[in-house]
Amino acid sequence: MSTEVASTPKAAKPPPPPIPKDPSQRRQKRMIAEHFARLERAREEGRKVVYTFVPGNLTELIGSLGMLPVLPEINALQSGMRKKSAGFIAEAEKAGHSEDVCTYVKCDLGMARSGNVGPTGRKLPSPDLLLLSYTGCFTFMKWFELLRQEYDCPVVMLHVPYQAEGRIRDDMRAYVASQLREKVIPAMEEAAGRRLDLDELAGRLELSRRAEEDLVAVWESARHRPSPIDGYFGGVYYVGPIFSAFRGTEEAVSYYRELRAEVEARMARGEGPMTPDGRLLEERYRLVVEGPPNWTHFNDFWRMFSRESAVVVASTYTRVGGLYDTGFRHDPSRPLDSLAEYCLGCYTNLSLPARVDLLARYVERYRADGFLINSVKSCNSFSAGQLMMLRTLEQRTGVPGGFIESDLVDPRYFGKSNIENRLQSFLQMLDARRRGAYA
Amino acid sequence: MKCVVGIDLGSTTTKAVLLDPEGGVLGRGITNSRSNYEVAAAVAREEALTSARFALLERAVAGDGGAVQELFAELERAFRLEIYLDHLAALRQEIEALVAAPWMSADRAALEPAAAEVLAQVEERAPSLFAAGAERRSDFFRDLAGAAYMAAAEAVAARRGAPYDRLLALYDRAILEVETRLLHHTFEELVERAIDRLRAAGGDRRPAALRRRLAPVLAEPIEELAFAGTGYGRQTLPFPKEAIRSEILCHGRGAHRIFPGTRTVLDIGGQDTKAIQVDAGGVVTAFQMNDRCAAGCGRYLGYIADELNLGLHELGPLALKARKTVRVSSTCTVFAGAELRERLALGQAREDILAGLHRAIMLRAMSLLARSGGIDNELTFTGGVCKNPMATRILKELVAESYGDGITINVHPDSIYMGALGAALFARDDLRAGRPRRLPTFAAAA
Repeated sequence: MSTEVASTPKAAKPPPPPIPKDPSQRRQKRMIAEHFARLERAREEGRKVVYTFVPGNLTELIGSLGMLPVLPEINALQSGMRKKSAGFIAEAEKAGHSEDVCTYVKCDLGMARSGNVGPTGRKLPSPDLLLLSYTGCFTFMKWFELLRQEYDCPVVMLHVPYQAEGRIRDDMRAYVASQLREKVIPAMEEAAGRRLDLDELAGRLELSRRAEEDLVAVWESARHRPSPIDGYFGGVYYVGPIFSAFRGTEEAVSYYRELRAEVEARMARGEGPMTPDGRLLEERYRLVVEGPPNWTHFNDFWRMFSRESAVVVASTYTRVGGLYDTGFRHDPSRPLDSLAEYCLGCYTNLSLPARVDLLARYVERYRADGFLINSVKSCNSFSAGQLMMLRTLEQRTGVPGGFIESDLVDPRYFGKSNIENRLQSFLQMLDARRRGAYA
Repeated sequence: MKCVVGIDLGSTTTKAVLLDPEGGVLGRGITNSRSNYEVAAAVAREEALTSARFALLERAVAGDGGAVQELFAELERAFRLEIYLDHLAALRQEIEALVAAPWMSADRAALEPAAAEVLAQVEERAPSLFAAGAERRSDFFRDLAGAAYMAAAEAVAARRGAPYDRLLALYDRAILEVETRLLHHTFEELVERAIDRLRAAGGDRRPAALRRRLAPVLAEPIEELAFAGTGYGRQTLPFPKEAIRSEILCHGRGAHRIFPGTRTVLDIGGQDTKAIQVDAGGVVTAFQMNDRCAAGCGRYLGYIADELNLGLHELGPLALKARKTVRVSSTCTVFAGAELRERLALGQAREDILAGLHRAIMLRAMSLLARSGGIDNELTFTGGVCKNPMATRILKELVAESYGDGITINVHPDSIYMGALGAALFARDDLRAGRPRRLPTFAAAA
């Protein structure tokens, strides 16, 4: 005998409210999507494709030769944000990659092995050239070694000396420029099937310079109280175009002009930045953040800050592609030297004392109440030395530091309650220290 | 009496502290955190209120002679026995309902009389647990009743040929229900019952004197004017957001309150370890916590105790008997359990292996302390694990090795209450600043 059980229809779960975004965020998203669409058409349009990295990227050179860049880290972080990284990482682990390896690498390799369909669902073209433009991260070298096995295409490497003394010496600049001239550009010309037009390169560098001016104005807006920007969570949107495929284009110039106008209008109105829950209405804590964000729980992570009325006034992660706010701009009058300086100047190429100097500058310039390190165990470029940096910075600035741990794109390493616990403790510590001794 | 309340809802135990307006500790309560945090918080707070009442009674009779004081001590024991018996009655009810359940029909004939006999023995032996000078291995009903039930079940099963495992399973099932239920009784009712019990034991004169002395104390209301909560389950407390405080700040402040020389705090709880630096005023300046993995916390010891069929409190004293410290290579709790079995199989002494396991825990704590900025004199050790004498001994050795002999290490018998104490001090700040908190609604008796 069977009893029929009437199934009650489950109440449909209401869809979560859409995450509010500023016009610049929406435009940035469109631009990135257009780039992936362009990549999908590259083969049929006969365009060549260069795989390269974000730190010190050579976007103007790539563009001047009519080629398109694919940035594996951006693919990985976009896959993380779109909840696809766990599957890709599992795929890479199945292929024999260890649990402790940089999760960007595993996510990217897993994606390549799963048909190389990019985060927006469009197929990515195979590379015509692997351009290893930054050697400060040893993992990058291994990464491209693996990609070369996968694609069997030419590789060119630009050796970028580390700023051990915290500055770029003339010989370092000359060394990088000569590699560009003698090795990198010829290899790129070979892959592109055409010669580099120096005038075109200079024209692109001028466009870069203009966009960079506006981006720096955006960073500087955080000196205002309340800050009209979030320089970390919002900041990753702001650096999207300039660090990916758009630097040195009119599109980027216009994006940054609009972004700056948007931010300045907010500043004039005394408004705070956008958060996943809408406009930040109160600014209780101004923080400087060191280290990359977590991408798999990006909005959850952001809310942990915004719901405590904490705004990030400056971050080092948004300087990984290149550093503009200490004065560097691409210079059309000396193209190769300025490209060399750009490569040498990206954040992770700075010595630890120079990183501390920069963080101290941010703490003071943007009048931060505290600074926070998000340490990512699988990223040695960022994480080595961070606790030492924390202590030194506390002594230098007298501003308290906090420490949390997560990962780039492996969702298994994001412990929500643990991170929340530490962050709230840190913010309450800032409160207690502002108030002074207990009664 | 006006007071403020701090509650520390930990992953293993829930603590409550009542402070008078001057910051003096009026009462304390502790219970095991069950699957139901709400009940745990309510029970801990009830216990704190009860202990505050007895503290007030003690103050009231402080000037009286020793005979009166002894009488009050007797009253408190009788009072606690009454609570224990109420819980036993609830346990009996649960077990009887389980035995009567339809799916038990096959075993009922064997189980029913066996369970009845076990429960009768447990009830019969209850008064001895609360006799003068009796040593109770735990203050939690689960542990006390569990030990008594197990002993009785073993004897009954052996004699009747009843299934021992099934008898234990009944307890395991029933205790979950009992500990997540709030029993309805007021302090006054329980005191009356306790007095009746004393009368039955010792004649009529004493209870009359007791009542006279009790009346003014019982008449004095205990007003809870402000609350603050902390601990692993703090978000589930029925408190407004502003009354939820970080564990780090609470532990730092509580430890500094008890030992004002404290500059570094090590707190090892059930599933997290915290290394906290505080300034001369007790304000936190830096901290580190374990991340991703809870090996090296209290639960690690709990797991090892289970593996060895020992009570948690027996581990430390046993490890102290070690003649050498076996080097345990695993930091993972599960691997350490495997290593333990392997070494036992190789014939190594239990106490020597235990010494190694304790050392492994404390090494992890030392690493966390180093990452938080090192150890500044004085170091205060708090949390459930500081009750373990082997843990404190190894901590002393390791601190001396790395930081020299100049570090004073403070351990207080009530260290487990530091978080709740810190929370209560934050509640007191609110009260003083004219921000009294609306009293929360706690779980009510069913």
